[in-house]
Amino acid sequence: MFPIRLEKLQFCPNGRQVLADVDLLLGPEGITAVLGPNGAGKSVLLKTLAGLERPTGGSIDWNGGPTPAGRIAMVFQHPILLRTSVFDNVILGLKPMSLSRRELRQRGLEMLERVGLADRASDSARHLSGGERQRLALARCWAIRPRLLLLDEPTAALDPTATEAVEQLIREIRTDGTKVMMTTHNLGQALRLADDVVFIYGGRIREHTSNSEFFVRPRTEDAKRFIQGELPWRIAFTD
Amino acid sequence: MLDTLWEALGLIGHLDAQVLAIVWLSLRVSLGAVLVGSLISLPLGAWLAIVAFPGRDALVVLLNGLMGIPSVVVGVVFYLLLSRSGPLGSFGILYTPMAMTIAQVFLVVPLMSALTRQVVEDAWNGYSLELRSFAYSPWLCVRTLLFDCRFSLVVAVIAGMGRAISEVGAVMIVGGNIFGFTRVMTTAIALETAKGDLPLSIALGAVLLSIVIPLNALAYGIRRWAMNRFG
Ligand SMILES: Nc1ncnc2c1ncn2[C@@H]1O[C@H](COP(=O)(O)OP(=O)(O)OP(=O)(O)O)[C@@H](O)[C@H]1O
Ligand SMILES: [Mg+2]
Repeated sequence: MFPIRLEKLQFCPNGRQVLADVDLLLGPEGITAVLGPNGAGKSVLLKTLAGLERPTGGSIDWNGGPTPAGRIAMVFQHPILLRTSVFDNVILGLKPMSLSRRELRQRGLEMLERVGLADRASDSARHLSGGERQRLALARCWAIRPRLLLLDEPTAALDPTATEAVEQLIREIRTDGTKVMMTTHNLGQALRLADDVVFIYGGRIREHTSNSEFFVRPRTEDAKRFIQGELPWRIAFTD
Repeated sequence: MLDTLWEALGLIGHLDAQVLAIVWLSLRVSLGAVLVGSLISLPLGAWLAIVAFPGRDALVVLLNGLMGIPSVVVGVVFYLLLSRSGPLGSFGILYTPMAMTIAQVFLVVPLMSALTRQVVEDAWNGYSLELRSFAYSPWLCVRTLLFDCRFSLVVAVIAGMGRAISEVGAVMIVGGNIFGFTRVMTTAIALETAKGDLPLSIALGAVLLSIVIPLNALAYGIRRWAMNRFG
């Protein structure tokens, strides 16, 4: 399945260029942060990888293999929980797999344990707080043991403590051997978590470099301006 | 006038055997129709909510249109189908409770599927990305969505029950309003009023109301409770 190679990927619904000539190479490990301003095409890029948007041009090559159904999971910007218990939500992604009742129960509880929601298993999922919901959404994706996990702003609207908890989970998921690709508007978070950074602007990938490289020596003017604009403090790049 | 009301109350108060038999048959026929109708309408409506194929919109419009089909029309259609010379005449079920139930199934299916489609489509708009990302088959989507909308769908089922138990046209035509065999509340009311036996009409009318109103109250209560419980 890896490396995943996107070539000249385009998404132009009704002639509108949302993604244009996206070339990207994704390795089997680590955390890739996708950064860019609102409307840059980050969510669309993730959805295309998840098979939820059909590209209008170009190709995704899964290292010569077929599109890996069931090995990709995505946590959406606003995860939707079913009107039922926390436990029934965590096993949502396991339903299409033919697991026995016991396995289902075991894996669901194990996941809730790992995200610290085991004691909430029988509570109604829609009554969880924002941070708990996000952890549940992560657990539900982690449960299917994906090879590629796509996270769309997993900590937007969370307080620092909840953000910290989610970041810790993302690290564990990476350590578990899952490739993570995430978008975020929290540059500090990208700095803390990411191994490499994809900077996307106007539907085009402008930079794809290592984390340290991106924040210290951004190559494009747009990236510089973006980093300066998104940070809560002003920084100046020499030269 | 007062005498009539008094007599009507008396009939209910004494649980007149004749009244009881009529009420019981009404419930049997309509509950049966709603049960069978639900088995058809819930999956059908949910399926229509999530699929896209040419002609799907036409089907939805047709279903919405059939929601208001006059019950006498359904009655006539089934009369023609079930009458001795009709294509299903050999079953010999015209003027039986079975025929009444079947006609009522066709009366409630469009209503219940259209309501189901509406409810499930709203839910699907929220869930589609999530479920598709987990590689859900259409059938699994249908099951998941029906379960998630279970409390709103109670309303669709109750609406079907309301329609079935209060209609006259279909049961009159295919049932024949035979005393002690196919006479239900609505046909009895129509007949007794025409004959001038107002106490019986009023008694049955009161029973009918006392079934329909609590039914709706129940639906309302279930939704309220579920909203609190599951958000
Ligand atoms: N199916 C679609 N049809 C048409 N336009 C779309 C579609 N999906 C997304 N777009 C457009 O593509 C652009 C990029 O959207 P996208 O959601 O990827 O932005 P984003 O980078 O995730 O932004 P944000 O940071 O606000 O989440 C937006 O202008 C959006 O309106
Ligand atoms: Mg987005």
